[in-house]
Amino acid sequence: MELRDAWSIARKDLRIEFRSRILTNQIAPYTLLIVVLFGFALDADTQTLRDTGPGLFWVAVLLIALLAVQRAVKIEDDDAAKERMLLTPVHPSSVFLGKAIALFVQLFALETLLFFVMLALFDLSVEDPLLICFSAVLATIGIASSGTLYGVITAGVGVRETLLPILLLPVLAPIAIGATRTFGDAFGRVDADGWAWFGLLSVFAVIYTVLGMFAYGQLVEDA
Amino acid sequence: MNEVINLQEAVVTLGQFPALTGVTLQVSQGEIVTVCGPNGAGKSTLLRLCAGLLPVREGSASVLGEDLHTNRRSIRPDIGLLGHKSGLYDDLTVEENVAFWGSMVRAGDLEVKEAIKYMGLDGRLRNVLVRQLSAGQRRRTSFAGLVVQRPSLWLLDEPHAALDTEGRDLVNNLIQDAAASGATVLLVSHAPKELSSPSGRFVTLAGGQITSDTNKEGSGDGTS
Repeated sequence: MELRDAWSIARKDLRIEFRSRILTNQIAPYTLLIVVLFGFALDADTQTLRDTGPGLFWVAVLLIALLAVQRAVKIEDDDAAKERMLLTPVHPSSVFLGKAIALFVQLFALETLLFFVMLALFDLSVEDPLLICFSAVLATIGIASSGTLYGVITAGVGVRETLLPILLLPVLAPIAIGATRTFGDAFGRVDADGWAWFGLLSVFAVIYTVLGMFAYGQLVEDA
Repeated sequence: MNEVINLQEAVVTLGQFPALTGVTLQVSQGEIVTVCGPNGAGKSTLLRLCAGLLPVREGSASVLGEDLHTNRRSIRPDIGLLGHKSGLYDDLTVEENVAFWGSMVRAGDLEVKEAIKYMGLDGRLRNVLVRQLSAGQRRRTSFAGLVVQRPSLWLLDEPHAALDTEGRDLVNNLIQDAAASGATVLLVSHAPKELSSPSGRFVTLAGGQITSDTNKEGSGDGTS
């Protein structure tokens, strides 16, 4: 595996996203809509919003992740770039890493936006900012890695848009639960050991990343 | 001369459908071979088989000295495949696309610039987004990516599609330059006469089998 190749692929994906503006013009507004709709659905009761804020945050992130993964797959599928990549000497693990890095950057940017919007709308206060930062990074690594892996499984399938959520959401559930617990602790809303859940997030991030690096090549072949 | 492609009764299935039903074909290094045939004859499948993208179900098949049954992935970096789709990114410019594919095959900046120039894409087209290009310009950009790659085996599916006269001449020159430098070219064309001066053969594929194999002058074995 060459990190240089992974970086080239990540830079290419990020450049495409920057140019297409789908992230800023479509997915980011969608993110904000989710938060506002949650607010309305919960009757704008501040106490309820505070209590459910961490969970709502990560549910919103999962929904955003589905869109971002679909988009990452589409970039490679539209004009058969994925097939062209197979005819280069680039190791599949580099392709996986590059795609996952690009997805991570996009998701983290959206999470940052979502975080500050929720702080303002839900009147949340942060008691442990370090736990928030570190757990968000690890959870996003796990989501980006598993999203990249499951994205390639559904690539080339006609029913990709509906198949991806069915396959991916159950895999992301442990990350969402762990991240919700760490955020709940960091916001002082739940009586949980956030750093213990942080350990769980670390395990998932490592497992999904290593698994992705090993499995990606075979999955691309099969897709 | 070395045999670059050696297929013996090769069978390839797409799902349950037998796309190639026993193809026998030998192509030597430096040859230009044009594959003709009606729609659905298996021409594109033949190219994808030779690129190591499809498994051989029955028969024997080797490309660039590697057995496709056991080692089809190892040949891929030496293959340049131009299919119906161009393998480009719409939101990158011509130069960014060629540079990206160049970086994937370890080509330098100079090679990228030369490839862009060779395909007539320097000047104002260089910084144009691929989504804004005409079909012919996209085709040229895709070819520039192959020029950068400098593959040993060129597999071209309708290489003249969407190109104007100048573009067709350019592609013909490229094919002949590639063959002259020792590369082998297998191309699929509905209109083989567009290749103005190929030094190669014409192979006809129908129903997943080769039905004739003749050289430019018309001589040949008549069947596979």
